[in-house]
Amino acid sequence: MIENVDVALVDWSRAQFALTAIYHWIFVPLTLGLSFIIAIMETIYVRTGNEEWKRTTRFWMTLFGINFAIGVATGIILEFEFGTNWSNYSWFVGDIFGAPLAIEGILAFFLESTFIAVMFFGWNKVGKKFHLASSWLVAIGANLSALWILVANAWMQNPVGMVFNPETARNEMTNFWAVLFNPVAVDKFLHTVSSGFILASLFVLGVSSWFLLKKREELLAKRSILIAGIFGLLSSLLVVYTGDTSARTISEVQPVKFAAFEALYDGKTNAGLVAIGVLKDSEEVTKLPDSKEFAFRIEIPGFLSIMTGGNKETFVPGINDLVYGLPDSTLMAVSEKMKRGRVALNLLNDYKTARKEKDDIRAEEIKGTFKQKDFVDKYFGYFGYAFLDKPEDVVPNVPVAFYTFHLMVMLGFLFVLICCIALFLVLRGTIIKHRWFLWVSIFSVPLAYIASESGWVLAEMGRQPWIIQDLMPVSAAVSQISAGAVMTTFILFAVLFTALLTAEVSIMIRQIKTGPKH
Amino acid sequence: MKVPLIESVSKVFRFYRDGFRNMSQWGKKVWIIILVKLFIMFVILKVFFFPDILKKGFDTDEQRSEYVLDQLTKPSEAND
Repeated sequence: MIENVDVALVDWSRAQFALTAIYHWIFVPLTLGLSFIIAIMETIYVRTGNEEWKRTTRFWMTLFGINFAIGVATGIILEFEFGTNWSNYSWFVGDIFGAPLAIEGILAFFLESTFIAVMFFGWNKVGKKFHLASSWLVAIGANLSALWILVANAWMQNPVGMVFNPETARNEMTNFWAVLFNPVAVDKFLHTVSSGFILASLFVLGVSSWFLLKKREELLAKRSILIAGIFGLLSSLLVVYTGDTSARTISEVQPVKFAAFEALYDGKTNAGLVAIGVLKDSEEVTKLPDSKEFAFRIEIPGFLSIMTGGNKETFVPGINDLVYGLPDSTLMAVSEKMKRGRVALNLLNDYKTARKEKDDIRAEEIKGTFKQKDFVDKYFGYFGYAFLDKPEDVVPNVPVAFYTFHLMVMLGFLFVLICCIALFLVLRGTIIKHRWFLWVSIFSVPLAYIASESGWVLAEMGRQPWIIQDLMPVSAAVSQISAGAVMTTFILFAVLFTALLTAEVSIMIRQIKTGPKH
Repeated sequence: MKVPLIESVSKVFRFYRDGFRNMSQWGKKVWIIILVKLFIMFVILKVFFFPDILKKGFDTDEQRSEYVLDQLTKPSEAND
């Protein structure tokens, strides 16, 4: 359908966005979680007056400061990219995407310029309680800041609370609360920030374990492990719970993505959840090109049906069912959605013609049609399908979705176990004797980053081909600029972000080796 | 009323000034990194590599709307 789409341009634009988002996300989750751990430690200091807790708080605050400073404003690059590489998308989403990002920008500015300054410059200059309040406000503010970004992202996964205006070619927000309390936004926010809490807990656990292995700062390390163990365990349980609710929501609003998570091609009742599996190219000749099948898998029988519908009898549709439809069911084939999308697109074209011919009556009539709920439900809701070439285009990269999902879930359960063992050993007072566990804790730090990034790869690549679910594919969102220019900036970003990451890691390691001030 | 306001402002100013003056070694290092990073991002990348395509290419929102409308309706024209 899109005759002039430059595949290289789309691919480079996607690669560039992915690169900047992945690098940005290296810095964010540690800020989200470590800010709360610091606030908890400082609360204990203020309540007990014990100077060792102050020293502990200040040490972790130093590492928080390094991470925050290196990561600050790396997300703004993503906004540059919206204006340059994704201009059609940026215009089409209108204020729905802009409003949450603007709130985030203002919140972040005030937070960063005031309370973080009090956190770092205010020791012995402001009252203990005011300092503590600042630390809590930094933690709450950083996480609220993440809320607005995630609300904007959730709208891309499940667009709600808006109406399309053909006159401006933009979506206009009609219900702020529907956007804010979008079920995807609620799940995504809780799941994402709690995953950041686990990452920060594992970071504290890993660094503290290094001190214990080096026989340094024993008291600080044990206390830090205790706090990180409790905070990490509670966060892990929250992640498991919100992961479950997220999966249920995705099965409703992004069923193809959900089926791709599990590499489920043919739907069934009593569908099992794959615990571990390896995919291979399908040996059977299938309608769907590049189909996969399991070379090996361990399955929990019936669990996928229970997850989605609460019982084993729930039918979980597979990718084939969602693409080609199912007779005697409410599942609509993609070919039908493409027809409906084209009805909406043709009406938009009629609007354009009416405007050119100065036929104001016809233009107003079409404008009114785009506001009608019935038209939105039946036709405009499938607008993006008009841009597809064939029904199979709605299928994301199944192996990427499958492996990132299972890697994230397996690591998530491993982190629950690590936090439990850490708590058990530190409470028994034997953690120093278990050197193997100290090493496991250190190696869990990069694993936490892998799990966290996998979650985002899954969320974004699993949504393909859509930039806005059902309304706009990435190919229609991209700006008509040269692929070479995007490639150049991709390389520039790769160099810039690698330099920043190298700087962070080297300053961080030096500070850890230096240890807390005496 | 004016005197307490001026006092408060000067207190805040002194707070930040002393904070920056007494900053630790790592603090100074990360501030250098922040400033270099912001310079690269806003002065080099934003100005030379990341223009806002629609703001740069069109003068009014009406023209921008028309352009995006044209972009979106391309497939339906091809279909006709």
